[in-house]
Amino acid sequence: MTLREAPHIRRSTWALSLLALLFVALVAALGHSWLAVTAAKAPLQDDRSPTYLTRALGLTDLALFTEARYTRHPAMADLFTPFQDAPLSMEHFPAGSLVSPPPHLPATGTLKVETAHGERR
Amino acid sequence: MFHWLARQRYLMDYTLAAMWRRKWRNLVLLVVFTLVVFLLASVSFFGSAVRFEAKRALKFAPEVMVQNLVLGRHALAPADWVDKLKGIRGTRNVRGRLWGYFYDQGNGANYTVMVADGSDPSLAVAPDEVIVGAGVARVREVEKLRNLLLLRPDGKLFKLRAKRILSDDSALLTHDLVLLSEADFREFFNLPRDAGFTDIALEVRNRREVATIANKISQRLPNARVVTREDILRTYENVFSWREGVLQAMLAASLAAFAIFAFDKASGLSAEERREIGILKALGWDTSDILAMKLWEGALLALFAFLIGAVAAYAHVFLFQAGVLAPVLKGWAVLYPQAPLTPQIDRLQLVTLAMLTIVPFIAATLVPVWKAAITDPEVVMR
Repeated sequence: MTLREAPHIRRSTWALSLLALLFVALVAALGHSWLAVTAAKAPLQDDRSPTYLTRALGLTDLALFTEARYTRHPAMADLFTPFQDAPLSMEHFPAGSLVSPPPHLPATGTLKVETAHGERR
Repeated sequence: MFHWLARQRYLMDYTLAAMWRRKWRNLVLLVVFTLVVFLLASVSFFGSAVRFEAKRALKFAPEVMVQNLVLGRHALAPADWVDKLKGIRGTRNVRGRLWGYFYDQGNGANYTVMVADGSDPSLAVAPDEVIVGAGVARVREVEKLRNLLLLRPDGKLFKLRAKRILSDDSALLTHDLVLLSEADFREFFNLPRDAGFTDIALEVRNRREVATIANKISQRLPNARVVTREDILRTYENVFSWREGVLQAMLAASLAAFAIFAFDKASGLSAEERREIGILKALGWDTSDILAMKLWEGALLALFAFLIGAVAAYAHVFLFQAGVLAPVLKGWAVLYPQAPLTPQIDRLQLVTLAMLTIVPFIAATLVPVWKAAITDPEVVMR
């Protein structure tokens, strides 16, 4: 048997194969995501699931940022919590730059106040 | 058609050989481009997954929460508010909730201490018992010790027997949770029985009347602040949106790096590349051939960078719990949930990312090539 020269593989074949492989990986990721999201949407009665615990314990917020109370419970924070240490004090917790104030708080920094005489300001 | 495909493959072969001649330059380009895509895709995937988790779990949050405000700050709600709220037509299941924060001096972690609602037997806590979240269990070695020792705010030691450790599956919501019985909670925080509640949760019989009930509560209890489930969901729809501070800064830095990068490509070709174009034109290549060749160069680089970056970002966020982003997200907190996120991808964001990176890069590559390709070969080579 004679030794045959290894077949020459064109550069474009390598590149296209690699691209196809990466494309398949991305499609696989999208498929995995679709399957996981479909499974997650099914109602869970398991007492370990986040949905079950939220309902049973009446939880209101994600435990993502535990460093300050207005980042641990942004939905429950009052208007002045970021300035809890002193009037006009600067926001100093790093997570404060990730969590914006809840949208139901006025963005302009003004509050509508109704006086005892029913007058609106 | 076959002829056209064969021609494109030959062009691609030539392009790859030309790119190989400048392999270090192209490799650096590929690495930087991939990093930009990886970072942007990681932030986008993480934000989208957190929003999904919040939406999924918090749609079971209490329908309406009522807080007492004193001097504009959250204060304890008087116990008689429960009866006042029960008196409003359309409300049901009105219950005072007791929860607060505890700073553990031993390890610098903040815990959310809460009274467990006894309606669910698996979550009911008897006096001297405790249920803890996975994060608290980890930092206090509760699994090994089977109990939790806490130093009360007044300096006395509080020993509780661990009834259960909440699973890592729910860590995104319960990581820092310490569930106590009402008697233990009041004793721990030295809270008298008549002091009231942290806030009051209630349900509304007819969901379409939530806004009306919220209005009625505000009228009956002028000091109260009413937070509805819709408000909570809206809060989390905004979390990690493209407008957020640090994420915006990361995004801006990545885009600036990319802009410099694209500008470098656009600002002109090297002398060697000009000479190459001149030689190809002298050999009989058309302007369209040269443009097609350079289009392949840009497209190959951009496609490789985008695909590697996006797949790596997916693995990073959903298989390795976003380890690169974790230090930014953790901030000064000791407890940070390493919960597996449901891999929800915002497909529109992925398409936007592709459009933002691939198209401008190819465009930036083509302009200078077109300028060189339409010049006389003799001038280019000189």
